[in-house]
Amino acid sequence: MSEHTHDADQGDALLSQVQAALAAGTPLSITGGGSKAFYGRKVDGVPLDVRAHRGIVNYDPAELVITARAGTPLAELNATLDAAGQMLPCEAPDFTGSATVGGMVAAGLSGPRRPWVGSVRDFVLGCRIITGHGKHLRFGGEVIKNVAGYDVSRLMTGTLGCLGLITEVSFKVLPKPRASLTLRLEMDRPRALRKFAEWGQQSLPISGACQDGGTTLLRLEGGESSVKAARALLGGEEVSADFWDALRNHRLDFFKDPRPLWRLAVGNNRTPADLPGDALIDWGGAQVWLKSTAEAVQLRTLAESAGGHADCYTPGVTDGPLPPLPDALMRYHRQLKAQLDPQGIFNPGRMYAGL
Amino acid sequence: MNILYDEKIDGELHHVDRAELMAAMRAAMPDLEILHTREDLKPFECDGLSAYRTTPLLVVLPERLDQVETLLKLCHRMHVPVVARGAGTGLSGGALPLEQGVLLVMARFNRILEVNPEGRFARVQPGVRNLAISQAAEPFGLYYAPDPSSQIACSIGGNVAENAGGVHCLKYGLTVHNLLKVEALTIEGEHVTLGTDALDAAGFDLLALFTGSEGLLGVVTEVTVKLLPKPQVARVLMASFNSIEKAGKAVADIISAGIIPGGLEMMDKLAIRAAEDFIHAGYPVDAEAILLCELDGVEADVQDDIERVRTVLTAAGATDVQLARDEAERIKFWAGRKNAFPAVGRMSPDYYCMDGTIPRKQLPAVLKGTAELSVEYGLRVANVFHAGDGNMHPLILFDANQPGEFERAEALGGKILELCVAVGGTITGEHGVGREKINQMCVQFNSDELTFFHAVKAAFDPAGLLNPGKNIPTLHRCAEFGAMHIHHGQLPFPELERF
Repeated sequence: MSEHTHDADQGDALLSQVQAALAAGTPLSITGGGSKAFYGRKVDGVPLDVRAHRGIVNYDPAELVITARAGTPLAELNATLDAAGQMLPCEAPDFTGSATVGGMVAAGLSGPRRPWVGSVRDFVLGCRIITGHGKHLRFGGEVIKNVAGYDVSRLMTGTLGCLGLITEVSFKVLPKPRASLTLRLEMDRPRALRKFAEWGQQSLPISGACQDGGTTLLRLEGGESSVKAARALLGGEEVSADFWDALRNHRLDFFKDPRPLWRLAVGNNRTPADLPGDALIDWGGAQVWLKSTAEAVQLRTLAESAGGHADCYTPGVTDGPLPPLPDALMRYHRQLKAQLDPQGIFNPGRMYAGL
Repeated sequence: MNILYDEKIDGELHHVDRAELMAAMRAAMPDLEILHTREDLKPFECDGLSAYRTTPLLVVLPERLDQVETLLKLCHRMHVPVVARGAGTGLSGGALPLEQGVLLVMARFNRILEVNPEGRFARVQPGVRNLAISQAAEPFGLYYAPDPSSQIACSIGGNVAENAGGVHCLKYGLTVHNLLKVEALTIEGEHVTLGTDALDAAGFDLLALFTGSEGLLGVVTEVTVKLLPKPQVARVLMASFNSIEKAGKAVADIISAGIIPGGLEMMDKLAIRAAEDFIHAGYPVDAEAILLCELDGVEADVQDDIERVRTVLTAAGATDVQLARDEAERIKFWAGRKNAFPAVGRMSPDYYCMDGTIPRKQLPAVLKGTAELSVEYGLRVANVFHAGDGNMHPLILFDANQPGEFERAEALGGKILELCVAVGGTITGEHGVGREKINQMCVQFNSDELTFFHAVKAAFDPAGLLNPGKNIPTLHRCAEFGAMHIHHGQLPFPELERF
């Protein structure tokens, strides 16, 4: 096993901070690199910075598992994997370049490869968390199959820190594909969406499918032979793969439009035809980035009619940037929060008012 | 310590009069089929773990969701425990009934509601068999990936409850990775939708939490699964080794070469011989271990990977490497592995299947430890192993008619699981905790972690009426069991080599 350098374990210091907050009943606002500070609602709490608790604590490429502390920069995790010819396939966004492992898991946001390989939570195998009862606990582990007890690690993913403080996470990783190339096809939206549905039913090595105006971009990844064969079948012009990083980190020109940015997650083959604003289609049609001044309720109705939901990525547009929950589900969210964070100290209100 | 529900350590249950409960059910649901006679209840007294049996108070066989909802509300109001059951093929006693509880059989919800090839999903009722989904998707060139070996019989509702796996998990994931949406009823009879038709959902990921929760949080009433395009081709290589260590190293070498096989299975000598005697799969009976490596996907890539894997296997010291010449031989190679359990069953009156998962590099150490325990307990152990994802299935051979042998097998199984935890693994990879491994949960988790699990449960079922006694032990049980919690591989087996 290769040796990894990391800073001193700050777990006890973090635990003391949480215990002090519990004793005083002080709400905490958990922060990492701040790359997703715009996401969700504002938290009125004392900042708890996790970045000093950093470093990769275990990585053996032959096991396909890496374990890192929450404050580890995502860029460092990705560089370590890259050096060993592996990757965290969900390609989570790093927006500002300052994202941390803990923030990636807490936000649970995934990049362009997500429909074909899975989301952040799909690669989470285990975690350590500091709980609302002032304990530092371990769930899941460093093995790929594990069904002992409730799946707490995956539950914690995407909770925006509202159920506890994530201090360490283990991930399943995969070898990087041997071959990769990006194709640009002149294909309008209706035709591209029909093609996405058709290709989705075939054994093609597609790992990115994006549509912007008259242009469609595809990423092919796999063995040399299959990528070459798909390249011949699909046609188009080969372009730089940098597009996918610019897409995942919202650095394309599309994202410079001053109107609010919305994300519509919709069912496969259910991408709405009429969208109020300018749209960039990702995930082979299952994710729509929309620049729009339309009312939240209109966009949410539109997304729900397509089997999904809509959230707002621009702060200050709506008090409820995350999709509202049905009453019954919200009740169970509140009950879960009350059980796991009875004093309500972890990022109160970050997801929903009163949660 | 008796494995059956013990109110002294598993928690007191409300005792309801059978006649009174039946009268209330009949008044609320006149057309609900209720089984209550001794001979009618008998077939339901166990699931796939037949060593443990309990006669349920009543068995109900609803055919409509409004019956399930009414039943749950009624049981909630009358404080009656409810154990949900699908096809009853589970191997950990997750659907073991309770004497004071109702067994809710979901098997009649067996309709495939929708197969949508463009959307690449199927929407099905919980009693639909796993394999039936792939069969329904087949005309469209699609399939449902998780394939537990019981797939011909097990139901999708049970698969969700157990987060079922199979032989293709390393590449295609477990049940949790292949679901879009689950409809469920809570113990209060409240309907919740977890997940969406899109790839994610608002709020906490309760779909992930419910998957594998063993019927403790809710009852699954509908499932929307992802469908994948069927791989163009699948080819299998069989490699023979004269030592387990070499076979284990070959597994690591294949993965280090950047190859993720569709399936990667290992069998030890006893399992090889049992399978060969039974199936005549063409296995090398003198080998200490064999590896089956299946490569699937686009034809051109598979051809390339076959050559890569062949090179890796030879370099790792394989004494023989065979590529299945055609589909018939591929199926024959797999038939030996897929029938390993019944094959071992022919060698011994009874066998007991374990399900620990370990970091792959610990395989030689764990097999050595298992062999030593086998000698110590005087029982033979055959090993089959999902080598790709580290999931071991040691099969303990015993004879239940010999006094004390079952208890010895149980004890040996417990020790093997503790060994898995000691090397950084887990007591269950895919079969679930159920009732079977309830004591070993005390080894894998400390009391604070178990308390956290109980808090999760309390958010959905504070009265503890859904499947009590399964999955998460009470702290009282752990105190009685007296096991030392093993902290992440630091105790106790200090003699094990770490590398």
